[in-house]
Amino acid sequence: MWTDYLIYILLGIGLIFNGLGSIGLLRFPDVYTRLHAATKATTFGSIFTSLGVVTWAFTQLYLTGNSWNLTLALHTIIAMAALILTNPVGAHAIARAAHRSGVLPKYAVVDRLEEVKK
Amino acid sequence: MLEFIITTIVTFVIYLVLTAGSGNFGFLSLEEIIMGVFLSVIVGAITRNYLCKSRNYRMLNPVRWLLFLIYGFGPFFFAMAKANLDVAYRVITGKIRPGIVKIDPQLKTDYGITFLANSITLTPGTLSVDVDEDNVLYVHWINIPEGEEKKEYADIKKVCGKFPEWTRRVAE
Repeated sequence: MWTDYLIYILLGIGLIFNGLGSIGLLRFPDVYTRLHAATKATTFGSIFTSLGVVTWAFTQLYLTGNSWNLTLALHTIIAMAALILTNPVGAHAIARAAHRSGVLPKYAVVDRLEEVKK
Repeated sequence: MLEFIITTIVTFVIYLVLTAGSGNFGFLSLEEIIMGVFLSVIVGAITRNYLCKSRNYRMLNPVRWLLFLIYGFGPFFFAMAKANLDVAYRVITGKIRPGIVKIDPQLKTDYGITFLANSITLTPGTLSVDVDEDNVLYVHWINIPEGEEKKEYADIKKVCGKFPEWTRRVAE
């Protein structure tokens, strides 16, 4: 099927962004910049790998007509929606907790939140 | 009563999606549908005060759902892809200029500010850290343009593009 190539492309994009997220986690200096790499680049990558799974499942559903594949596709879509909804909440919670417990951003040119807290 | 009906219907739809493919009654089995009605009535009766806390039902409007889908697959996905490429460039080269700036999106409702804060956080390069009583957002920005750090409120177009306009359309 021609969708095989589409699946390869989606998996490739996903792996590139997940890999860049991991490299960013090592390269960036403090907790906030690491959150940028670790939570968002990996979300974007995981969306693409999940889309690859959905494409595969719909292709199998079309080829074999086995309803198990529809279950797989819908569950992956729900997992993707849960990822998109919960990821910003988690990142926001970590950033807020870090700032409230006194971890200041390194090399920051401006910090308006610290000025307000004083 | 209305919040009980909304919670029950939302729970039932999620149950149906989770059990799709279990039978041949339009990909659903009759047992799962009966069990789904039973369980979602129980869940709706218990949790009705959590889903619709504000007692404001403006999000029942289907036009808002359509606008939400257009926003999610159109401008938001495009902005997310662009920002991801930008952060990928910063990961490789290490050129960053971080800081926490203040923006005033002038939104009134809790739902609107949650929507905007989540959009900002999901876009790489910007991360909402805190919010105060006047719905002013504090955003950690990985690459502040020259001169932007001297202003009291940062330029909202540079931080999050057209997101506040879409938030007003979808959520307010």
